[in-house]
Amino acid sequence: MIFKRQSILPGFWRAFSYTALYLSLIVLIPLSAVFLKSSTSGWTHFLQSIRSPNVVAAYRLSFGASLAAGLISVVVGFLIAWVLVRYHFPGKALADALVDLPFALPTAVAGIALTSLYTENGWLGHYLVPLGIRVAFTPLGVIVALTFIGLPFVVRSVQPVLEDADLELEEAASSLGATRWQIFSRVIFPMVRPALLTGFALAFARALGEYGSVIFIAGNLPMKTEIVPLLIVTKLEQYDYSGATAIAVVMLVTSFLLLLFINILQRRSRRFTEPA
Amino acid sequence: MTSKALLISALTVSALFAAGPVKLLNVSYDPTRELYQGVNAAFAKQWKAKTGVDVQISQSHGGSGKQARAVIDGLQADIVTLALAYDIDVLAEKGKLVPQNWQSRLPNNSTPYTSTIVFLVRKGNPKHIKDWEDLVKPGIGVITPNPKTSGGARWSYLAAWGYALKKNHGDEKKAQEFVTRVYKNVPVLDSGARGSTTTFVQRGIGDVLLSWENEAYLALNQLGKDKFEIVTPSISILAEPPVSIVDKVAAKHGTMEVAKAYLQFLYSEEGQEIGAKNYYRPQSPQALAKYSSQFPKITLFTIDDTFGGWQKTQKKHFEDGGVFDKIYSPGI
Repeated sequence: MIFKRQSILPGFWRAFSYTALYLSLIVLIPLSAVFLKSSTSGWTHFLQSIRSPNVVAAYRLSFGASLAAGLISVVVGFLIAWVLVRYHFPGKALADALVDLPFALPTAVAGIALTSLYTENGWLGHYLVPLGIRVAFTPLGVIVALTFIGLPFVVRSVQPVLEDADLELEEAASSLGATRWQIFSRVIFPMVRPALLTGFALAFARALGEYGSVIFIAGNLPMKTEIVPLLIVTKLEQYDYSGATAIAVVMLVTSFLLLLFINILQRRSRRFTEPA
Repeated sequence: MTSKALLISALTVSALFAAGPVKLLNVSYDPTRELYQGVNAAFAKQWKAKTGVDVQISQSHGGSGKQARAVIDGLQADIVTLALAYDIDVLAEKGKLVPQNWQSRLPNNSTPYTSTIVFLVRKGNPKHIKDWEDLVKPGIGVITPNPKTSGGARWSYLAAWGYALKKNHGDEKKAQEFVTRVYKNVPVLDSGARGSTTTFVQRGIGDVLLSWENEAYLALNQLGKDKFEIVTPSISILAEPPVSIVDKVAAKHGTMEVAKAYLQFLYSEEGQEIGAKNYYRPQSPQALAKYSSQFPKITLFTIDDTFGGWQKTQKKHFEDGGVFDKIYSPGI
């Protein structure tokens, strides 16, 4: 691989230095400040902060719920994208616009709305609680909130790929005797797989950092429904700045590794589908 | 002669700059919005009459700990009026913004009004909640914020602890057991007092809200006496939300004098009455007598006599790894 490649836009070095400057100012400098601050009170305090039982429980909940929400978003998001691309129905434009709403809605509003829906006397909770399904103030509620904010990422990643997909490919497969399942698993799925992975990575990353919508529906009980961002805020309010950044550092490093892994997966699957 | 001329011109210049209203920022905790709106209007009027200068007071509200942190991080508060002394101690310790002895500068531990923790229950008290003991019954939903982030919640926690301590003749272990059982009945921990009030009142969650007395009355008056009622327990804690000038900021702004007068005003008869009207228990015997009907008699213990002060209490109960964390550890 050559570092510099001929491009339509001139001025590689200028563009490159803007990229470097922007990334440093907006991403790297604030993040390195987090790392610096976390190291101010020594290794023992760092370990103590990240190993206390309620922090470990919060990591488990945050990563677990984000993962679950990401997976649900992938399945449902794919379906929505499929319906929006392949079918024509009245009100389609409206449905299409609705998908983006979670992007624009202040997350606190979403959180309050979801909580009101799912509490014991809410519209949905009213029917669910007698069945033994408690959503508000349980980890399930956290997953619901995270799915809500993650869904548009998947839809919007998959939609353009489906739109560009050549129907002839499917027709060809069909004429060669492929079953419906084979067409899906051999033709359509490999095509959208990179987009699904992108959508998943975005939804997952967003879910990990989400605060506003979750704190309303989670109940915030220590060891049970405290998410990592909430613990960071709590630590700050206890004036434990280095403890807060310690928790954040672990979160950052883990998320970075996970995202890196997903990116690599995605490159691989892209290489697999793209013609050489 | 020249120095005098200099002084005069300096005064003129500073007068020029000072033209327009004097500005004060009062950084306070969550449920005091209505109280300080009343106080600010009355004080501005009095100050104008006395000195001819307009004073414009802005308010900022939020969880007590969060507010203290904002001031340390540079929020330009001339005055702080927070939920508990510990949060102003932090300004002295971490921010060096007030002197260590800040609490002895004004009468009554710098607490112009006190309050206590009472129960807000649904109309008719369907679950028959009369006293602290009823909070640990199975099936009772208790609403209170997280004491790590809310000042009011720390008072509630300590009120429950104090009740159990007195009932069990000072047995700390039994007190911890009791408080643990109370928190087992808490379905949701909000981060501040207003958040919990909203959870209980608007979202209809839980059977009893542990609340500042003033906040309980406010909820009652604003949301209808036909929906809620206040239950006063047999015993509770004397909650002392203190006030202080933020010396460093006030000195920088040149607002020391007016800030001092503002805090003095809280102790004046007029200030005390405004407090009482907003359901804060006044220190002045006259104001208390006048509004005695709205403050039921209740045995109150203090943080100093029962718990040995805020520094000790904070460390033992609310610091990471403290008693509150243990309540939520599995197996206890």
